[in-house]
Amino acid sequence: MESLMAYVVGILFAAAIYMMLRRSIVKLVIGLILLSNAANLLIFVVSGMTRGAPPLLPEGTNAPLGAIADPLPQALILTAIVIAFGVLAFAVVLIRRAYEVVGTDDLDQMKDTDT
Amino acid sequence: MLLAVLSGFLLAMAVPALHRITGKYIGWALAFLPASLTVYFASLIPAVQANGSLLIEYAWLPGLDITLNFLVDGLSLVFALLISGIGTFILIYSGSYLAGHKYLARFFVLMLSFMASMFGLVLSDNLVTLFVFWELTSITSYLLIGFNHEDMEARKSALQGLFVTVAGGLALMAGLILLAIMSGSYSLSEILSSDMALHEHAFYTAAVICILAGTFTKSAQVPFHFWLPNAMAAPTPVSAFLHSATMVKAGIYLMARLNPSLGQGELWSQALMLFGAATMLTGAYLAFSSTGIKKVLAYSTIMALGTLTMLLGVGTELALTAFVCFLVAHSLYKGALFMIAGALDHETGTKDITVMGGLRKAMPVTAVIACLAALSLAGLPPLFGFIAKELLFESLLESPIWSASLTITMVLAAMLLVGVAGLVAIKPFFGQSGNTPKKPHEAPFGMLIGPAVLSVTALVFGLVPFLPEAALLQTAIGSVNGAAVETKLALWHGVNKPLMLSVISLLLGSGLLASWNRLRSPLAAINASAARFGPEAGYFKFMDGITIIAAWQTRILQNGVLGLYLLILVAVTFGLTGYTLLTQHGINLTLDLADSHFYEWGIALLLVAAATFSSTTHSRLGSVASMGVLGFGVALTFILFSAPDLGITQLLVETLTVILLVLVLFKLPEFGNLSSPFERYRDLAVAIFAGIVMTLVILAALDVQYFESISSYYIENSATLAYGRNIVNVILVDFRALDTLGEIFVLSLAALGVLSMIKLKAEDQHKP
Amino acid sequence: MKTNTLILHTAALFIMPLQLMFSLFLLLRGHDEPGGGFIGGLVAASAFVLYAFAFGATATRHILRVDPRDLLSAGLLFALASTIPAFLAGQPMLTAHWWELPLPGDTYLKLSTVLIFDIGVYAAVLGTIMTFVINLMESEE
Repeated sequence: MESLMAYVVGILFAAAIYMMLRRSIVKLVIGLILLSNAANLLIFVVSGMTRGAPPLLPEGTNAPLGAIADPLPQALILTAIVIAFGVLAFAVVLIRRAYEVVGTDDLDQMKDTDT
Repeated sequence: MLLAVLSGFLLAMAVPALHRITGKYIGWALAFLPASLTVYFASLIPAVQANGSLLIEYAWLPGLDITLNFLVDGLSLVFALLISGIGTFILIYSGSYLAGHKYLARFFVLMLSFMASMFGLVLSDNLVTLFVFWELTSITSYLLIGFNHEDMEARKSALQGLFVTVAGGLALMAGLILLAIMSGSYSLSEILSSDMALHEHAFYTAAVICILAGTFTKSAQVPFHFWLPNAMAAPTPVSAFLHSATMVKAGIYLMARLNPSLGQGELWSQALMLFGAATMLTGAYLAFSSTGIKKVLAYSTIMALGTLTMLLGVGTELALTAFVCFLVAHSLYKGALFMIAGALDHETGTKDITVMGGLRKAMPVTAVIACLAALSLAGLPPLFGFIAKELLFESLLESPIWSASLTITMVLAAMLLVGVAGLVAIKPFFGQSGNTPKKPHEAPFGMLIGPAVLSVTALVFGLVPFLPEAALLQTAIGSVNGAAVETKLALWHGVNKPLMLSVISLLLGSGLLASWNRLRSPLAAINASAARFGPEAGYFKFMDGITIIAAWQTRILQNGVLGLYLLILVAVTFGLTGYTLLTQHGINLTLDLADSHFYEWGIALLLVAAATFSSTTHSRLGSVASMGVLGFGVALTFILFSAPDLGITQLLVETLTVILLVLVLFKLPEFGNLSSPFERYRDLAVAIFAGIVMTLVILAALDVQYFESISSYYIENSATLAYGRNIVNVILVDFRALDTLGEIFVLSLAALGVLSMIKLKAEDQHKP
Repeated sequence: MKTNTLILHTAALFIMPLQLMFSLFLLLRGHDEPGGGFIGGLVAASAFVLYAFAFGATATRHILRVDPRDLLSAGLLFALASTIPAFLAGQPMLTAHWWELPLPGDTYLKLSTVLIFDIGVYAAVLGTIMTFVINLMESEE
């Protein structure tokens, strides 16, 4: 499964970067969301994917019964998801504000406005 | 001792408050500090005489081997006493000179900070602390030169001084680090007491060049001398204190300090002699050919600095004796003369000596003090300057190499100096009355006490040279030399070669002075044409060059096309990653389908389809919707592969993301086709390349495991140490709680950012 | 932004309390089962967002009772407050402390700095998202 997901993540990255390179500012935002999803999946995939063994300890024991999924990357990704949301909200509002001030959604035209 | 060094900084903080209390007597009030420090340093003399040196230790950054140790020996005490002693009178003087100035408090803050930095510089034992204080003096000097910040010329000069000294400071830092590597210690006392032959070390040449680059710029040696006369844009007390008596001598101090360790190499002594002699002659010539009284004094300071450097280069015991005597003599008379110059400027309204004359009637006290100081400058008995100059001649005559040429240079310089002394003492005060902008009258008491005390000290030292010698000079000479020295200072040596040379230079100098008015215009013409090829012209060319290069590279790199920045970033990042992967690991394309269930295939296809659709569609709504589909697909992946917490979080966040996009993005215009086909294919190529690199990175990462996973610690201890069975949550709120704390702070910053952007807009709309 | 469909109004009124209770449940059980401050905060936020879509920003402000900004700062203060016991005991920052309060009967109430910290996270996440959403909606109106 990991090798299959490696290709999927690759495609996600390509799509994200292509969108981020577009001149329309809305596409940049969508690229940003794609990128954070791709990055989260990347961490998830390289840490190994385990079926049906969540990192929970059964009641009454101090150790897992068998092999369980790695909890550390999951904690990392959980914070990453929430942070990405905060950053996204900031970026979206910033972009809307820029659009209102500059009056264009074309990144290339924004370069002339930093007066 | 720590308090003594830092007290200047502490008092500086209190200055604005003190200024309100003491009003116009602020100068007198503040002078208590350096005065008491003078007493304190003087009280250390007996201990230093008994032990040779004192080491007072404070740990600062013990982990980095940086200490706040203070090394007190003869040399540092001489400097400390000069700083505190002259500083006392300078502060009193400044109170009168700048009376009623609107930034008076700011001025004293800077002066006291400078004084404290200077103490730190001359007393530090650690090379790193020494360097920190060194830079602090450069910075305070910059602020003081530019004190009249509304004056364009002052700002330019301040910046010039800063650039030159700080550029030298960078070289010095490299040199000090090399020195520490060579000697294996950052402590000056250890470096000085080790008997390692540093001049045989492979780094010796590099270290000496770097250190000298620093000291030469600071002490205004040719070809870096040009910043010092420009620094005269500063108020006169600053020139008297920083740019004659103390800061410019920091470079001299460091050379003297390191002389016992580095002085054995030929490079050291020859470089010092060569540059010192050149500086001495240039300074003396330029001093004689200038007309502004402060410029005259500034150039004669350069001459003195050159002389001191040269004497260190000669390096014999006699030369070092001359070095210490000349150092003290110069600080005394030059401080006094600068204060006189300030008084003249203050009372007559001009700095130009050509318009001054006959002032002795209006300013009799000033005239007497000026003559006394000028006698010392010219090296005439019975002042201390005479003793210093006799020693100078004597040591040059006995110099092991280059004796003849050095002596001739010295005679020329001394001759010019006699002329200079006449310019500052005879020209303004005697002869016909000049036509000055203000009607001259005697300077106030606060401006006279400083130069008076300094000149009288020079006279006393000259009459009874035994006094300073026994007190401190001998110890100081010993610490420059690296071993104790027997000296015998006397005013009268009998008729000998040095005396003959003095008489010759005096006679020639008097002749020069007599013909000064005739010489003036040809000299000015020569200087003007020389200035076009001088080092200062080079400085301006260099600065212009930097500006041009900066403009050019900004145009190339910062062209404002954001998409291009991103393209370059992506291409470089993934290019380098791909290259490293290729060379370090090799390409390994595997696709193992056997271990996947069909519904997992379904999810993979869903993800790919959603990503492709959202990046190719022309519909905004379609793009956002497929983004949502992709997010839910990711959530599904998390849930299927044992990450319930992630799954739930992803689902919730995805919902909120879509809501957010709906709230905001639909205010923006529809997608349009903005790029040309070429741009699109170019971007597509880069994006596909990046995607391939990422796939390869993941496959490579799956192949190898370099370290044991640290997760096992969390799994084992989650229940026993943290009493929790959801290990992900335990990591978040217990094991790595600090990270989480940081994260919620980031979140709140994002919220505040959003809030302020929205509120800002509301305010804009309220405006008409 | 305010919708006038009866179904959404009714649904929001019924679902919101359930969601809020569920979010508290998730928060409290988070240490042992899936859940925790992040997830609880997100669930609570979506409850209020649903309410906001049904009844508008002003009504949501009213039902929240406090400004979302205050909620945010309260969350940060809670999280910081959880460091105090360790500070007083001279331990490294954020070292966990546990207390058991006896309740009537044979049960104990387990309290810990970890729980306080998680409540802080809950409030901070809720406050952040509500700051985003309410202010954005108000700027639309």
